[in-house]
Amino acid sequence: MMTPLHIGFIPLVDAAALIVAVDKGFTAAEGLDVALVREVSWSNVRDKLNIGHLDAAHLLAPVAIASSLGLGHVKVQIAAPFNLGINGNAITVSKTLHAAIMDEIEGDRFDPMATAQALARVVAKRASRGAEPLTFAMTFPFSTHNYQLRFWMAAGGVDPDEDVRLVVLPPPYMVDSLASGHVDAFCVGAPWNSIAVDRGVGHILHFVSDILAHAAEKVLAVRQVWAEKNPEILASLIRATARAAEYTEQPQNRAEVARILAQPERLGVEADIIRRTLDGKLKISPDGTTRESSRYLLVGRDQAARPDPVQAAWLYAQMARWGQTAISAEALKAAMAVFRADLYDAALKRRDTGTVPAASLGPFAGPDFNPADVNGYLASFPIGRRPSAP
Amino acid sequence: MSAESPKIVIVDESPIRAAILEEGLREAGFTGVVHISEMQSLLARIYALDPDVILIDLENPSRDILEQMFQVSRAVRRPVAMFVDQSDAASIQASVDAGVSAYIVDGLKKERVKPILDLCISRFNAFAKLQDELDRTKSALEERKVIDRAKGILMKLKGLTEEEAYVLLRSTAMREKKKIGEIAQSILTASELLK
Repeated sequence: MMTPLHIGFIPLVDAAALIVAVDKGFTAAEGLDVALVREVSWSNVRDKLNIGHLDAAHLLAPVAIASSLGLGHVKVQIAAPFNLGINGNAITVSKTLHAAIMDEIEGDRFDPMATAQALARVVAKRASRGAEPLTFAMTFPFSTHNYQLRFWMAAGGVDPDEDVRLVVLPPPYMVDSLASGHVDAFCVGAPWNSIAVDRGVGHILHFVSDILAHAAEKVLAVRQVWAEKNPEILASLIRATARAAEYTEQPQNRAEVARILAQPERLGVEADIIRRTLDGKLKISPDGTTRESSRYLLVGRDQAARPDPVQAAWLYAQMARWGQTAISAEALKAAMAVFRADLYDAALKRRDTGTVPAASLGPFAGPDFNPADVNGYLASFPIGRRPSAP
Repeated sequence: MSAESPKIVIVDESPIRAAILEEGLREAGFTGVVHISEMQSLLARIYALDPDVILIDLENPSRDILEQMFQVSRAVRRPVAMFVDQSDAASIQASVDAGVSAYIVDGLKKERVKPILDLCISRFNAFAKLQDELDRTKSALEERKVIDRAKGILMKLKGLTEEEAYVLLRSTAMREKKKIGEIAQSILTASELLK
């Protein structure tokens, strides 16, 4: 008797482990009859998960935390027992903004501090001649894209709330908006950066792995109450997804994985573009220049799939830094508890993993992150929206 | 916010569904209704209209743009909260089933919002039913055409009258436990192949 499950996803490359788990039959081998449901917005995924229309979902890691804390929306306790992706986003800028940054840059163009400081000079010059502020698009208020853009530009002295416009835009609209000049830059996951470059309307300025070496991006999310009621089903789902993540990471399987993801009812984009993301080898400029990074997108490699509560704490710290919530020790603890390494370990019967330290966040600017002292960490950043201490 | 009629914005790319909803709202006495079908600069338009209630269909990716209104921003007149609070699971269920979501500006009383949402849900459901009926009518028409062509082929090849051709189709369908439309389709396919 197969267990029917409804699992939601947004058509992005970092849904790979889930899609491969279903389409390669790994979920069926675990006795799960999974219907993958493609959604058009993160709000839909969140709401349908919250009310139980979906049993599980491909979800922005910060949304899992925001839902659990009741930030911006209904409070529903979420459990994230599997990391579907580490990194995987990129910052793409219009040709005009790229030229302006390259005119101002001092140093290596792949050094995010150099580009952020160049951006600050571009912003200041625009302001002095009374030009409209630059518009940066990201995918959701509670998204790594939002925090990565902010972290980067603030390090160079650009206040993301005062000096530029930061707006939410659904990923499918990003490339057109860049082409039409409605936005000057965006931070989004694959395949949208590559599509902008292929259409000749933008340059990939940074892989987000330039900004943080390892950042939790998407999680497999379930409701906490569902996890408690269905421990066996959840363990089966974790095992099938882990198997798919491993399969996805094997270089000899990449062509097949790209084909699976390319199907019209999955991502519906060309396999070649998906392949670039899986290989971490991307065309970054319309002139054909490519750039390679082994950390572009991690799906299960280097323990990427094992949820790390320190990652959750960093995301929570960003919510606090940018005024989405006030800091509290209790909320920090609750945020960290969303990332369920224990469920991951139990499902995969791995006892050793806990002793291997998770890869550190590796931010390009500021001090190392310490979840035991979030206040001290945030105090080291001059730009932020933290409510003043009582 | 006017005490008589709250200002309502409908964000929907389907002009027919939006018109059905708008008409329903007007009939119920909600006169301040504006429909936005163009997603470009959506937030700027909403800020300019300054509505009390925003209704958006769930198949619209721009829904994520609306989530930005919850954020602290200089541009926002007052905080916005989604109507469906935690005590109202039934409303969330009903609206998601109908395919619509509502955003309500804080301060509008819940009892004033309920009739708007209820109306919205029933109109969305009515639209889905209409759509379904339209689809079924279309496929029934298609089937009728297929049967007519199959009858024509049988009449010509076997020298039958129209009625005899139909009886043959029907009896074959019954014997093979298939629909007449399916048998007719296979006759068309076979005759294509044998041309």
